[in-house]
Order: sequence, then structure tokens, then C-alpha cells
Amino acid sequence: MDSARQRQRIEQVLLYTLLIIGACLAMLPMVWMVSASLMPSGQASTYPPHFFPTTVTFAHYTDLFTRLDLGRNLLNSAFVSFVVTFASLFINSLAGYAFAKLRFRGRDRLFRALSTGLVLPVQVAMLPLFLLLKNLGLINTYWGVIIPGLSSIFGIFLVRQYALAIPDEMLDAARVDGASEFRIFWSIVVPGIMPILATLSIWTFLATWNDFMWPLIVLSDSSHYTLPVALANLSGEHVQDTELMMAGSVLTVIPVMLVFLFLQRYYIQGVMAGSVKG
Amino acid sequence: MGREGEVVSQLIAGFEKEHPGIKVEVQQIPWSAAHEKLLTAYVGDATPDIAMLGNTWVPEFAAIDALEPLDALAAKSVNAPRADFFPGIWNTNVVDGVTYGIPWYVDTQVIFYRSDLLAAAGYKQMPTTWADWRAAMLKIKSKMSARQYPLLIPTTEWRPPVILGLQAGSPLLKDNGQYGAFHDPPFRKGFDFYVSLYHDGLAPTLSASEISNIYQEFEHGNIAMYISGPWQIGEFTNRLPKSLQDKWMTASLPGIDGPGAALAGGASLSLFRRSTHKAEAWQLMEYLSRPEVQLKFYTLTGDLPARRESWKDTALANNRYARAFRDQLDRVVPTPQVPEWEQIATKVFEHGEEAVRGRKTVDRTLMELDNDVNGILEKRRFLLSQKKTAAKVATR
Amino acid sequence: MTMRSSSLRIPAEANTAAWFFLAPALLLIGVFFFLPVAASLLLSVTDFDIYGIANAGNTRFVGLQNYVKLLHTPDFWKALKNTFYFAFVGGPLTIAVSLCAALLLNSKLVRFKGFFRTIYFTPFVTTLVAVAIVWRYLYHTRYGLFNYGLSKLGIAPIDWLGDPHWAMPAIILMAVWKSFGYNMLIFIAGLQSVPEELYDAAEIDGAGAFRRFFSITLPMLAPTLVFISVITMIGYFQLFAEPYVMTQGGPLRSTTSVVLLMYEEGFRWWRMGYAAAIAFVLFIVILIATLLQFRLQKGERA
Repeated sequence: MDSARQRQRIEQVLLYTLLIIGACLAMLPMVWMVSASLMPSGQASTYPPHFFPTTVTFAHYTDLFTRLDLGRNLLNSAFVSFVVTFASLFINSLAGYAFAKLRFRGRDRLFRALSTGLVLPVQVAMLPLFLLLKNLGLINTYWGVIIPGLSSIFGIFLVRQYALAIPDEMLDAARVDGASEFRIFWSIVVPGIMPILATLSIWTFLATWNDFMWPLIVLSDSSHYTLPVALANLSGEHVQDTELMMAGSVLTVIPVMLVFLFLQRYYIQGVMAGSVKG
Repeated sequence: MGREGEVVSQLIAGFEKEHPGIKVEVQQIPWSAAHEKLLTAYVGDATPDIAMLGNTWVPEFAAIDALEPLDALAAKSVNAPRADFFPGIWNTNVVDGVTYGIPWYVDTQVIFYRSDLLAAAGYKQMPTTWADWRAAMLKIKSKMSARQYPLLIPTTEWRPPVILGLQAGSPLLKDNGQYGAFHDPPFRKGFDFYVSLYHDGLAPTLSASEISNIYQEFEHGNIAMYISGPWQIGEFTNRLPKSLQDKWMTASLPGIDGPGAALAGGASLSLFRRSTHKAEAWQLMEYLSRPEVQLKFYTLTGDLPARRESWKDTALANNRYARAFRDQLDRVVPTPQVPEWEQIATKVFEHGEEAVRGRKTVDRTLMELDNDVNGILEKRRFLLSQKKTAAKVATR
Repeated sequence: MTMRSSSLRIPAEANTAAWFFLAPALLLIGVFFFLPVAASLLLSVTDFDIYGIANAGNTRFVGLQNYVKLLHTPDFWKALKNTFYFAFVGGPLTIAVSLCAALLLNSKLVRFKGFFRTIYFTPFVTTLVAVAIVWRYLYHTRYGLFNYGLSKLGIAPIDWLGDPHWAMPAIILMAVWKSFGYNMLIFIAGLQSVPEELYDAAEIDGAGAFRRFFSITLPMLAPTLVFISVITMIGYFQLFAEPYVMTQGGPLRSTTSVVLLMYEEGFRWWRMGYAAAIAFVLFIVILIATLLQFRLQKGERA
């Protein structure tokens, strides 16, 4: 018995060691990013490299907000992300519920047709979408970024999946009582699918905040840029200001990190639940 | 665009005082967006009356018929006489013999160098011929250690090989900009020299993104020379330590047998065809072209004036770093006036890199470059031939 | 689906309500996704470019010429090769790392699972552009941490982003770091669904850890593996932000991906007809990958 316990001990130590090394590797770039953002100018480009700042300075963060007006871009990102998240939540859940529980002719065929869109890479749409938005006068506007994101097949899919579990009897009973379809949706369904709505909203927020290619294409004026685009733009001009760029990266990453850390339960649940169906 | 946009309102104030009936509205756009935004404005029928255009864009906007020809106005003008502008710069605004922009400020390339390192190699001044320049760099290299280089020319920049090709007499494109001339002897000569700079260890094989801080490298003597534009005067002054301030200088570019040419860059003021206030707009353009206004612009932005008259002023005349630019401006050449130039320029350094890194022979590189360029220009050839047939039909 | 729906009379109200519920989503997706995708095909058989933007009359219908031109452009084949390199090396690598992490976290001997899981997942939620910029500095030949670490091990510095042989591996490494957390979670779910009894029985039969892994774990994970492989590949085929931010497609076009090429041709040079052809080729490649998945999954079930 003792040797078995000993073997287990060793295995445990091994596992923990690997896990800790892995954790360090996973966190290394992020830690250096924060560390370098607090270094005085030039200290991040020395040999041998500094891992920690010798003196901590917040000058680069001040620079971002004063000289470079990144605060504006932060607000842009926040605005776009919030609008897309909440609007798409509403639109996608309406459609997802409809596909799950409302009976109408051609429902399954329509849903199958919609699902084919999941295999279409979004980049294929970008060129004509740009021309379309140009004709609508939406290039270089927030709406040009927001509108294409207001509905997603994936979101509809997810809500439908979850809504299928709602007992039909409950809905039929409400109908018999004379409630309108929308009333049923709002008072019965929405509370019932809260978990998936939570997951979907976090997902959407993160995806919209982190989105790069489409805002890059649509926005042509730096005062409209979302944070990732502004950051990429900055990295071209300020390639020599390492510490400044790190501060910009920290600023971009912190909001999504916070959202994730506080709401990770829902996010992770969503990922894992979505996969079990295989 | 850029700093200019911020500052121009100060100049406008003077104009409005002189012309009380005219009100000017200024819209600022960052450089990165301006090209796209102006194009979009054109398609959307929302062009301004006047715009500041990067002078390499003028041919593109002229090609889509967006701009008003200015020769007649310029000929009658007292304030914007063609003769007082640097001819090379004025010509960047001329497409098919018609002028579409008035130069506003100029930009060209000179060598920024460590005068102390050059002196230590036995040269009090920057050489003016390729051969001497090469010799000087070899001398400097002999005093350097392993990862130090006399000259920094990033492999992902198109200007150095293009400048050397122009200095060797290449037209870059031939037949009215319909075919590439990169495989022809003149460009080849310049390109051979360009590649030799890397192969002889005089320049590091680094792309622009690999050099994180040119000023640090310059400060530590890892680089002795760097080809760049007027804005670097301010950057070098601000970023180099005080101890180094008397150890760097600018010089115009060496050419094959004497001082060489550089590229005519800068920005122009152009009038849009669809403007409904052409007369007033022209008055503003004239105002901004006055020598004293150009000078004021220089003091506000550091951008070099396009009029020779302005250069006579003490502020500029005494700026020792600006002297090399003044000299170089007498020998500037425009890039080909075709809308496809930006893409062609990118192809030049993309292919150039292959030769620089020894992956392809110079011959093969230039042949493939010409092939690519000819492909890019196919639409232009088609449209020109259409114009020709239309003209033929019209003259019957 | 139940049989009830076909035998029940559909109340008229439910029918109209359904269309109201669906209208916003369908309208948005139809107009701003499906329509452009169809239009892309149309665009790809014209030579719409900047001359066309100025005057639509300058556009010609060119049939399959754009596609032919593509096939004769070395840049395109390079982009395709680079993208495949990234997907077929980066993909399996990511999957291997995530599987290892999942196995580690699934062990009964480990506590603080949630903590480690969060740490391993964090890179996935970070903004790609931000981390690409950080990694660009980490990869610096002289001042970067990676070469410093190598020098401590006695290895000469590598020109990560400047050497055409190392640039794509550098990007792959970063992609693995960033993405492994997501697949790890899915693997964990998959591992947890493997019945304990199978392992217990095998242990009683004397099977060692490796034997158990290859005979029980892997086969049980097979459908998950297929699923993950395909979504990872499809995601990796769309490589864009990393080369855009870190290398601009260089050095020597060694990190130019298909999407980056499409972006350059379409939105920098405004050769939109040509770029649409590139986009369509990407679509075909991804379609083939997806169909392969369905094939493999069907094969698995059989």
C-alpha cells in the first residue's frame, strides 16, 4: 500500500510541476506586457532584457489618453460592443425561439438553409458588403461596423438548441390563456433561457470587442477606430516606442479580461455544453 | 491631413480677413484615411472644393477625372507663378501635359549621417559620387564591429532602389506608363548597385519592421547613415541625446558621377471639378502659395515650402539641416504618373528583397518584376487603347 | 422532431407571429451576409477596380480570367502554401497541446482545477492584435525575451520575424499559445463523458496508463477529435491579423495568407474583382474541409 501511495505522490508532484510550468508559459507574455508598460521609455529595449521595471511609471498610460486620444477609441469599442451585444441578443433569441417552438410552414427547411451559412467564411462577404455599405453611406460610421454584427446564424443556433428544452405544454397553456406570442416569449421563454443568453452575450461582447478585420476595412478615420484597429495603426507609427505600445495592448485587453474573469462560469459552461452534443 | 490639418486654420484666418465675403470650412482627415475618404467622397458626389493631396495621388485623381486643370489659372497668377516652384515638384502635378495641383509643401530624401564617424574615416563631407560613397562606407565599415553597418536601407522600402534606378537614368515605366522598364539596362545598373550595398556588408538585410528603434541604433553608432525625409530633422533633434547633437548632419544624395536625384514628394492643393466655388477656391490656393504664408506654414509645421522664394528667408536659410534638402530639391524627379504606382512600388521592393537575400539572380528578379508590372498595367493599356479608338472615331 | 407538429393545426396567429420573430434576423442575415456572398461570385467574374469605382462603365465582364490569372500568380500559390503550412502544422500542434492540458486537468490527483483552467484559457479571450504586438517584441532578435532564453540555453539567437524560414513557425507558436485553451475545454468535456467503469476495468486487467490512453481514451474521444480538428482547421485557414500586425506578410511573402492576399488586392489596391476570386477560392477550400468532416463523422458513427 505504501509504494502505491508513494507512486501517487510522485505522480501528483509531476502533474503539479507540469501544470505550474504550463501556467507560467501561458502567463509569461501577459505579465511582460504589463511590466513593460510600466517601464520608463527605452528600458524594454535593452540587453540583457529587463523583466521588471526598475522604476514604475504611468507616463505611457497618460500619453495614450492625452497625446494619442486612445480614450476615444476605448469608448468607440465600448459603444459598438454594447450595442451589438444587446441588440443581437434580442434579435437572435427571437429567431432562435421561433425556430424552436413556433410552428409554421417551411420552418425546418428554412432552418436547414440558414445553417448552410455556417460553412461560409465571413471573408467572402466582405468585398461586396463594403460596396453595399458604401452605397448606403455607412462607410466610416459606427453603424457600418454594428449592422453586419446584429444577427448571427451561430447565435440563432445556440438559442434554438436551448429553447427546444422548454416544455410545449407550458407555452400552449399560456396561449390558451390568451397571451400573445410576444408576451409568451418575454415572460416565459426569456427567463427560461437565461443561462444561454448570459453565455451568448459574453461571447458576443468578447467577439465584437476583439474583432479586427471588418472594423479595419470599414473605418477610415482614426477618431472612429475601435481599439484593436487603433492599436494596429499605432504600432505602425510607434514601432520604436515599445513601452507605449505595451500600455496600449494592456488597455485593449483589460476590459475583455475583466468581463471574462467575472463571468467565466457562463462562458466556459457554454463552450463545454456546446461540445458535448458533438 | 496630419499636423497640417491642425495648423491650416491659422493660415485661413489671414485669408478670410483679406476676403471678407469668403468663409472657409476646414475638414481634417488623418493621412492614412485621406486617400480612401477622398475617393469615397468623389464617388458619393461629396467632394470638397479644394483638397490637400499627397502628390503621388494626383495622377490617380486626375485619371478618374476628379480634378480641375490649373494651367490657365496658374499662367495668369501673380501669387502662384509656375516659375518660382521647384520644377521637379511642379511636374509631379502634371499629367499628360496638364497641371492638376499646386505644390504646397515638399518632401524629398537626403542622407542623415554621423558626421563624426564619417570624419573618422577620413571624409569631412559626404561624397557626391557612387564610387566615393562606396569607398567611404567601406572605410567606415572597417572601423565597425560585427553587427554594425555604415548604411541603413530597410529591404521593405521601395524608395532606395527606385531612386538609384532614376539616378541611373531609368524611366521606370515606358510607353506612356504602359509597360515596366525594370529589366532594361538603366534600371538594372541602379539595381546592381543597390544589391551590392547589401552583399558587400554595407547595409544590413533588415526589413522596416525589424528595426524597432532607428534612433537608438544611430545613437550607439550601429548605423552611420540613413536615407529619410524632412520630418526626421525634428525627430533626430528630439530623440538623440544632447551629446550627439553636433555629431550628425544631412547631405544630399550622391549620384553616379556627381550629386544625384531624389524623389519629388510632398503635397499639393487641388481643385475639384465639381466645385461650385472655383473662383474663390483658386483665390485661397493663391493665398496659401504666397511666400510669406508658405513660410508661416513652415514655422508651424516644419514642412518645407514649395516656393523657392520662401527659402531665401533667414529661418530656413539658417537651418543647417534643411540646407541639404534645399540643395536636393533642385534635382528631384517625379514617380510615374499612373494610378497603379503604389502597387508597382510595392512589387519593386518585394522582388528586390529576393535579390537582396540572394534567393534569385538580379536578372530573374527584374524579369519577374516586369512581368508583374505589365500585368498590373493591363487595364490601363486597355483603357488607353479604348480612348485611342474613340478619338479615331471622333475625328472621322 | 416530434410527429405532433404535422398533425396539429397551425394557428394562424402563430404563423404570423413567427414571421415577425424571424424578420429582423432573416433580413439582416439575408441582406448583409447571404446577398454579399452571392454578389462575391458575380464580382469575381468582372475586373472591377479603381477605374470601375470612378466610372462603372470601365468594368468588363471577364469570365474565369481572374481565376486563370490567380493560378498563374506565384504570390497566390505562396499564400495558399503558407496558409496550409499554418493550418496543417499549427492545427495538430494546437490540438496536441490542448489534449495534454486537458489530460493534466482531468487527473483525479489535481486540485485547483478551476484556477489552472482559467489561466490556460485566458490567452484565448485576449485581443489578437494586442497579443500580436506583445509577441512581436518578445521575438525581437536583440532585445526579445525568447532569444534571451535561448542564449541562456547556449543556443544562438534566432531571427524570428526576419528569417523567412522562422517567421511562420513564430506565428504558429503564438497561435498555439493563444488558441489551445478553447480546445482544451472541449476536450475536458469529452474526457469527462468517458465512463469511469471502462478505466476501472482496464486497470483491473493490468493495463498501464499509456495502454489505457490509446485503447480507451482516444477511441472515445474520436468524434470530439474530428470535430475539433475541423473547426480548428477552418479557423486557421482564415489567418489574417497575425501576419498583418507582425510581419505584413513578409519576410519574402513567407507569412502572406490567403485572406491577407485578398485584403491587399481588394482593399489596398482596389482590384476587387480579382480579390473576390481569391475569396471564392478560400470558400472552396473551407467547403472541402467541412465536407470531409461530415464524411469522417459519418464514418465514425458507422
